[in-house]
Amino acid sequence: MGRPVNHDHYPDAYIRAILGEAKVVAMVGASANAVRPSYFVLKYLLDRGYRVHPVNPGLAGQEILGCRVYGSLAAIPEPVDMVDIFRNAEAAAAVVDEALALPTPPKVVWMQLSVRNDEAAARAETAGLKVVMNRCPKIELGRLSSEISWMGVNSRTISAKRAPQLKSGKFQKLGLRQTFEGSD
Amino acid sequence: MADRAPGFATLAVHAGAQPDPTTGARATPIYQTTSFVFDDVDHAASLFGLQAFGNIYTRIGNPTNAVLEERVAALEGGTAALAVASGHAAEFLIFHALLQPGDEFVASKKLYGGSINQFNHSYKSFNWNVVWADQDDVSSFERAITPKTKAIFIESIANPAGEITDIAAISAIAKKHGLPLIVDNTLATPYLIRPFEHGADIIVHSATKFLGGHGNSIGGVIVDGGSFDWIKSGRYPFLTSPRPEYGGIVLAETFGNFAFAIATRVLGLRDLGPALSPFNAFQILTGIETLPLRMERHCANALKVAEFLSTHAKVAWVSYPGLPGDKGHALAQKYTPKGAGAVFTFGLKGGFDAGVKLVSEVQLFSHLANVGDTRSLIIHPASTTHRQLSDAQKTVAGAGPEVVRLSVGIEDPADIIADLDKALGAV
Repeated sequence: MGRPVNHDHYPDAYIRAILGEAKVVAMVGASANAVRPSYFVLKYLLDRGYRVHPVNPGLAGQEILGCRVYGSLAAIPEPVDMVDIFRNAEAAAAVVDEALALPTPPKVVWMQLSVRNDEAAARAETAGLKVVMNRCPKIELGRLSSEISWMGVNSRTISAKRAPQLKSGKFQKLGLRQTFEGSD
Repeated sequence: MADRAPGFATLAVHAGAQPDPTTGARATPIYQTTSFVFDDVDHAASLFGLQAFGNIYTRIGNPTNAVLEERVAALEGGTAALAVASGHAAEFLIFHALLQPGDEFVASKKLYGGSINQFNHSYKSFNWNVVWADQDDVSSFERAITPKTKAIFIESIANPAGEITDIAAISAIAKKHGLPLIVDNTLATPYLIRPFEHGADIIVHSATKFLGGHGNSIGGVIVDGGSFDWIKSGRYPFLTSPRPEYGGIVLAETFGNFAFAIATRVLGLRDLGPALSPFNAFQILTGIETLPLRMERHCANALKVAEFLSTHAKVAWVSYPGLPGDKGHALAQKYTPKGAGAVFTFGLKGGFDAGVKLVSEVQLFSHLANVGDTRSLIIHPASTTHRQLSDAQKTVAGAGPEVVRLSVGIEDPADIIADLDKALGAV
């Protein structure tokens, strides 16, 4: 990516690389309430084999889906590849600054659907991080694997390549596949 | 390098369909199965809780049907879709998601006769009340709105006369009053009109017609435009109240801009049951692959037939917006630059008896109650599809005694015209 990232429209290849390379994710604003999106996404990421560290000061020391909850990013005992932010745009800026101050900053900052903070994104990008805003990793994994197509959702992708099977052997889970992206 | 959306013809062939992940099958397999095994107990729980993407039971979803759903969603530019057993089932699930007993919706008077019956009679059992408006007087839609109104329903190209509706003007009224606009896009197909681009919020199809296109399978599709803000509106508890069936989940919150399509699936289709056969989905999908080619030919043939009829001595009038003199020609130029569709009506100077005679005399045209087949079709609405309406209702619906409806097929246009010419000679 030689050019600045256009945060209004991410190429599939950009998202696919981020989600394919990340292994350890910190989820800021994770919920223990089973009907909240921030619980759904945590569960889905675990199902797909990511190691997830929930961050929520109100639940610090407790567990969500078997994962210990931390009070801050700094409290997580290992470096994380990606910080997924389930907070509003204003709070997201503080989370980004907290991530940038870590001894080993993450490679990616991800803000959830409806969350966008361009100033914070610019600070992260200046520090060499990749940024995704106003997207959900569950939806993006579903789109790029075509799992979400089982729900009749428009994945906005087409491909003549089949999705790879995941190493877990679970057949109602698909790997990320190559997609056709015509270019201007 | 900015990526570019694939074109319509590419989507018609590819959208939703990649090689099968387990076998590599390139054509979409017909998953003729009722049920799907779970990976494990936790996976089953995730599926039933709407926490994972996957397949459970064909009444809720099926991988063949899912390809059809994504294909139509992509062609319409929607966020998601649901395929069901028929166009009527699709309409029913849409209103089931939007209306509570005692609610009203405003609908154009010019609709498919089956929709008029469904709205006027069947929906009364649910205390869902239609209020009719006139698409030739757009302000009548606004006058029909009351505090109980929950939606507006129109056809993009209206059955039976092929009239083109001013979608953008009616959308402006819907938006002003915070109502979702539902557009039946059956006769246009997304090849001719993409209603979301003109302000529609929900699209419904009878896929039986031009989408499938070969007169071999009944099916319906609901497409979610992702444009209506259910939470902000607060008038649609189906989408914004915690659902006890799913542990208190709020669909609009969880599924965002495709929540409407999900609601019609996980509540409507699951509980009311009008599932589409995967075999029908396969047939309709195969039809859609050639949709652009067929629609181009349908429209070219229809224009030739309309031109022929407009100068025929036994024809009183022709209603085809593709003709320069037609009252709807300006709307056709705005909404259907690629062709004004292939379903239209004309009037016989000989009235009811001439209509009955004409449908008996044709040899290439099939006399039947369908449209959007490769074959040319003909019907005399006053003696068939619209016969249960009163004479006044027939005239309002564009189905008066002298009216004949054509669905022009993709045969050689000279043969289509020759058949009509000979039959008109006998009238």
